[in-house]
Amino acid sequence: MPLPYYVSPEQMMKDKAEYARKGIARGRSIVALEYREGILLVAENPSTLLHKISEIYDRIAFAGVGKYNEFENLRIAGIRHADIKGYSYSRGDVTAKALANAYSQALGNIFTQDIKPFEVEVLVAEVGDDNGARNEIYHILYDGTIEDERNYAAMGGQAEEIRRFLRDHYREGLSLEEALQLGVRALNVTQNKTLSERDLEVAVLDRTKARRKFRRIPPEVIGQLLGTTR
Amino acid sequence: MTDQLWQRVFSDYSTSSFVELLLRQAPHMLPRLGSGVEAGVPQGTTVLALRYRDGVVMAGDRQATAGLQIASRRIDKIFKCDDLSGIGIAGAAGPAMEMAKLFQTELEHYEKVEGDNLSLEGKANKLGQMIRMNLPAALQGLAVIPIFAGFDEKAGVGRLFKYDITGGRYEETNYDAQGSGAKDARDSLKKLWRRDMGREEALRVALEALFDAADEDVGTGGPDLVRGIFPSVRTITRSGFTEVPEDEVRRVCEQVLADRRKAEGGA
Repeated sequence: MPLPYYVSPEQMMKDKAEYARKGIARGRSIVALEYREGILLVAENPSTLLHKISEIYDRIAFAGVGKYNEFENLRIAGIRHADIKGYSYSRGDVTAKALANAYSQALGNIFTQDIKPFEVEVLVAEVGDDNGARNEIYHILYDGTIEDERNYAAMGGQAEEIRRFLRDHYREGLSLEEALQLGVRALNVTQNKTLSERDLEVAVLDRTKARRKFRRIPPEVIGQLLGTTR
Repeated sequence: MTDQLWQRVFSDYSTSSFVELLLRQAPHMLPRLGSGVEAGVPQGTTVLALRYRDGVVMAGDRQATAGLQIASRRIDKIFKCDDLSGIGIAGAAGPAMEMAKLFQTELEHYEKVEGDNLSLEGKANKLGQMIRMNLPAALQGLAVIPIFAGFDEKAGVGRLFKYDITGGRYEETNYDAQGSGAKDARDSLKKLWRRDMGREEALRVALEALFDAADEDVGTGGPDLVRGIFPSVRTITRSGFTEVPEDEVRRVCEQVLADRRKAEGGA
């Protein structure tokens, strides 16, 4: 049996982290913003068929950046987790916190045990209800690191710059229109062109909707909200 | 039969089915009943569906019956499956409600995973498979026999399906009823149903049929004027699954009662 090469654990983790970060940095970005009636998710995504943002459960949405097949797998695993839990207990018992923890565990395990880490970051958002429950936004990194975010979150290619922009410009109580305009401006920061509704995928968790709060916003409506058409 | 890892993705066609997921990961959660269950459990009695101009009307009485006793006066037997379809349950109430819940989760699960709705045909077939899964319990007296109805977006019409306990699926073109009072309700529908009825008339025909079922069948509940309990009525059209407001149901019920009182011989 050939003797395996020795690589120090420290070096191995460093290499894996660098590999994952590089993969993620190549991808496009996503921002999430809290607005008056819920949570807005804006992704730079020219495809209208392959989604980066999707519904998980009544009040919970998912967004992923990085490698499509990897976050798609995580998305489906999330829907399964939520549907089984909701079916066996009750719909109200499905929480973003439990789901975010599951993602964190899964990504953490993959990062330490598999040869190749996932090149993804995911966002799990849950809109609060009218009884004063707060919105929750969890940001989970490729190595399982989990953070809960307030007001806004950004991930993907140049997330740091976008976050800096949002820190300076975000204020509470935005309308949907204002939040979308701010989100698009934030994504524009890292671009050398201006993003139009054709380059965007937008969805909201709308507190005012009955039961299932998730709603996609079609390109025509994005155009109207941005004031670029008409 | 040793598939390569990458081939499994293609052979596992059930990735967007919630029922298959439960079978794989949590089979104990599927509704399955052991042997020796007697038929003393509550039974849902009469549900019906009929086509009209804009889609389908579904209606059901509010009573569940266990033997000769009333088990519940306010049970609702018409459930929303998704935005464009509904299920009316007859037979053993417990397993039937569980099946309705499982079916609803199945449709929602598919929609979320695939990002697209199942066709009405697909939904009807899936329900048939679920009824077939219940066959062992059905043979012990716990049959679940639903009516499934919905609006077919592709064809632009309302459609309805009935089932037998083996999961056999039969499409009905005009109307159907299930449950202990089904025969009387069907007889009534046979006389009153007309092609392309408007909403008002369709509601009236549905309620007349339920009245006739309650009149002839001990298991089926009539409108309860003392407690203010009226049949549950829903419409499914292009614009979705809608509950007919109770006030409106009450008004039509009172109208039907008044007309019947006037009629010679009553009822």
